[in-house]
Amino acid sequence: MSTLHSESQSIIEVTDLTTHYGSRKILNGISLTVNKGEIMVIMGGSGSGKSTLLRHLIGLEHPTSGGIKLLGQDIGLMTEQEMTQFYRKLGVAFQGGALFSSMTVGENIMLPLREHTKLDHKTMEIMARLKLEVVNLAGFENLMPSELSGGMLKRAAFARAVIMDPVLLFCDEPSAGLDPVVSSSLDELILRLRDALDMTIVVVTHELESAFRIADRLTVLDKGDILTIGTVDEVRASNNQRIQDLLNRHFEEEMLDPDEYLARLTGEPQETLIHA
Amino acid sequence: MLNADHPLPFPLQKIERLGRATTKWIDALGFGTALLYQSVYWMCLGSRRKQQVPLGAIVSQMMEVGIRALPIISLVSITIGLMLAIQGIDALKDFGAEHQVTFGVSLSVVREFAPLITGILVAGRSGSAFAARLSTMMINNEIDALRVMGINPVRFLVVPSLLAMMIMVPSLTLWADIVALLGAGLYISTDLGISMGTYVAQTMSYLGTDDVLHGLGKSLVFGTLITVVGVVNGSSVTGGAEGVGHVTTRAVVHSILAIILADLLIVFLLTR
Repeated sequence: MSTLHSESQSIIEVTDLTTHYGSRKILNGISLTVNKGEIMVIMGGSGSGKSTLLRHLIGLEHPTSGGIKLLGQDIGLMTEQEMTQFYRKLGVAFQGGALFSSMTVGENIMLPLREHTKLDHKTMEIMARLKLEVVNLAGFENLMPSELSGGMLKRAAFARAVIMDPVLLFCDEPSAGLDPVVSSSLDELILRLRDALDMTIVVVTHELESAFRIADRLTVLDKGDILTIGTVDEVRASNNQRIQDLLNRHFEEEMLDPDEYLARLTGEPQETLIHA
Repeated sequence: MLNADHPLPFPLQKIERLGRATTKWIDALGFGTALLYQSVYWMCLGSRRKQQVPLGAIVSQMMEVGIRALPIISLVSITIGLMLAIQGIDALKDFGAEHQVTFGVSLSVVREFAPLITGILVAGRSGSAFAARLSTMMINNEIDALRVMGINPVRFLVVPSLLAMMIMVPSLTLWADIVALLGAGLYISTDLGISMGTYVAQTMSYLGTDDVLHGLGKSLVFGTLITVVGVVNGSSVTGGAEGVGHVTTRAVVHSILAIILADLLIVFLLTR
């Protein structure tokens, strides 16, 4: 396994993590470390187990065997009360934003502060406004989540995830379903958050371009197994056929022209589609 | 051992399906009980653990469950009161005992009709809304978001709804008692030619505190059942919008069924 930093700087240590859904094995002995201050991107195709791995990392699911240490603490051994306290050190930005539809954007962002601190309302408002400025959403605090676009929802979710100044930030598919321009701006936001707030960030994505743009290291998953862990250059240069298949399939799709793409989707010859 | 390549013979398949359904019901029952235990825990110990039940959410749920249900509860209650009076006078006329109608109407409204009708209406109105809200939140990862923010979803979502139900369903039942008895009184006083004052005095003499408490106690149980059934169904959602519709319908059907069975059990235990 490749590591950039020394063992003592590990923020996340996953050891031989295995999990089953019924009789189906979803994760097969995953071991990895994430070092302080780095952006680790976990990538893979649909059904590779990347989202399941993320749910285990944030304590929403429990493995069949193996362990996860976050900030040196084994989360499998923590009581519910200890976990509640521990969550203050983590931030999670979910794929669809997961903002509460009955609250304004500002109320959503202030919620962790309201629940975990005794700050007065004015101070919380100021803190929420500051975080909204970091994610370029200043002035949107009084809108309802339903009034925001997909990209804005994700930005607001980032603002809520970092409101408690977490040490660790987890992002689930930050650029999924977004156009390339918005996707690229979110990538820049992730890089800015790491630099400005000195966080360690774990991103789960299936978007290769986004992964290559932001990752210090990549973990490539396939059918519950780790194919490789390495820097962007190391992954690109890998001789592993499955990794190359994954990378090439993506680029091949990028280069398809519309007629070819439609023909592939429908299984009909392209002339029929163009001239029908 | 079960093997997909060698399916079970027909009768065993039926038994297996029955077994699976039974396990699912027991599972849901266990979840509901655990949920109730957790809710009571957070109600009692929330402030000690510095995680109080949000007061604003309780008030807004009380508005939704109680105040906004007043028009429909009033309309249905007055109709029930009128119907009972009409049917009662008609049935008792055959025995020349129509003046005893107040006795039958007042007891049946307070002990049975008001809590039952209120429970069913609240199940249809608020139980369904609660299941829909919870299942949508499940699908949108909002429940997961609460957990990773260190906010217990039972304390934050379930307890306010449960408290609102426990306060508002008995309150609505009391209101339904008054409105239904008023509706019945309007018909009885007109039909039998007695004054409203006499009707009220008769009603008060027939009804004891235990009759009112019997109805209110039942409505407290119904409110609790509506919340628990709503949460159990809402949190079992799978799929997208179709799943939400499915659990919402199921929550209403299960709530009404639970209310009627609980009513039967309470009547059987306390009335015989």
